Amino acid sequence: MSNMGKSSVIPFGPQHPVLPEPLHLDLVVEDEVVVKAIPQIGFVHRGLEKLVEKKDYNQFVYVVERICGICSFGHSMGYSEAIERLAGVKIPKRAEYLRGIWLELSRVHSHILWMGLAADAFGYESLFMHCWRLREKILDVFEKTTGGRVIFSVCAPGGVLRDIDDTTLSDIKALLESIKGEYTQLCKAFLNDSSVKNRTVGVGVISKEQAEEFSMVGPFTRASGVDYDVRSLGNGAYGYLSKFTPVTDDQGDCYARVKVRAAEVFQSIDIINELISTIPKGDTFEAMKGVLEKDVEATNVLEQPRGECFYYGKGNGSKFLERFRIRTPTSQNLAGMVTSLEGCDLADVNMIVLTIDPCISCTER
Amino acid sequence: MGFFKLGTMTLKGLVKKPETLQYPAETKEPYADQKGTVVNAKPADCTLCTLCAKRCPTNAIDVDREKRTWSISHLNCIQCGYCIAGCPKKVLVMKGERPALAAKKSVEKIKIPAQKKKEVAEKKD
Repeated sequence: MSNMGKSSVIPFGPQHPVLPEPLHLDLVVEDEVVVKAIPQIGFVHRGLEKLVEKKDYNQFVYVVERICGICSFGHSMGYSEAIERLAGVKIPKRAEYLRGIWLELSRVHSHILWMGLAADAFGYESLFMHCWRLREKILDVFEKTTGGRVIFSVCAPGGVLRDIDDTTLSDIKALLESIKGEYTQLCKAFLNDSSVKNRTVGVGVISKEQAEEFSMVGPFTRASGVDYDVRSLGNGAYGYLSKFTPVTDDQGDCYARVKVRAAEVFQSIDIINELISTIPKGDTFEAMKGVLEKDVEATNVLEQPRGECFYYGKGNGSKFLERFRIRTPTSQNLAGMVTSLEGCDLADVNMIVLTIDPCISCTER
Repeated sequence: MGFFKLGTMTLKGLVKKPETLQYPAETKEPYADQKGTVVNAKPADCTLCTLCAKRCPTNAIDVDREKRTWSISHLNCIQCGYCIAGCPKKVLVMKGERPALAAKKSVEKIKIPAQKKKEVAEKKD
């Protein structure tokens, strides 16, 4: 029997009380079941990649880190590494360790923030407040070590502009131990709750074949069983770790994505502890001078909290770049998100959109 | 029972002091090297070389060599510290306090005193 329901189109976003990002979705709905979702982005496009024409490669790092607030350090680190590859410059080893520590702290901060948002999405406001209270402690660490809470301005082509002394490093270790204890309690409260399970288990399933077909990245794809993580490649400080295995789950639903992000926080805390105990002494910065050669290209990949981010730079013979392109993880995951929305209830739409951890300001720059 | 799991955390919250700062009764001292305001700390040593103005990503600093003034628009400044790193005479510093609230846009202008050329001439003799 053919489907007797009548389709209607419900617009969702860009302003919506439960939608965290300015994304527009046209939901084709038949009797409260979503049949198709058509996304639309472009509400926060600022044209930041065009600013390479006006700012030289040393000034452009301050533009790149303002693409997104949560992924800020990741972008400045990815950009700096791409420029260093373009010019063939090697940075001091201590700078690589410090960049790794700050990137992993960003990842912990992002995942804890995300868990608060996920809890708030279905009304669990006290967990949201507790998660963001934990996040404040990490922001305090950022303020103490870099001078800023959200935008750090500490990574530049040539190394890092600030150093962290040994007392502060051991304070960071002690703080992460206390955060670990509280975060374990929050995870248990969130993951073992039957109402959370009712809303997330079996919702928005993406199989491993679909994940590989759409080339999805990040915890979104690791929850479907694909064990792809850029940190396994061993770039930068990750090459000095004793071992690294990506966290995966094979269920592919929203519950699996929550579990993967929660486990990644513990993994990041272990990585930070290892980097702090093995950090070498030395310089942290050697300023890059001179021009970038004409028509020389460089690429870089980085594991942002949301997935693999790809950076491409091309020089033009002066101190300005010819082109700088960033391919962000959320733009790669949009196809997978649209597929996971097909067949779900209307009430589950915001949960699924949240579990891919969208970052539309990164996507649109 | 899911709702008892956060129970210990909630009960502790009844007796602990609040996590938030009771501003303005309590204030937080800025950390050392915290970002706040860029200031020209030693105008007498400034040579008006304009390196800071050329480096600034937002063009917040303006240097006028004829009128001998150095000015900064605190609203446009993003506290990146690139000007401080590039100053050859080290006259620029970053203070930890944020700039004061203002009702309208304004630019802070400083007059740079003329360099003492007589001392240099005496040394040559």
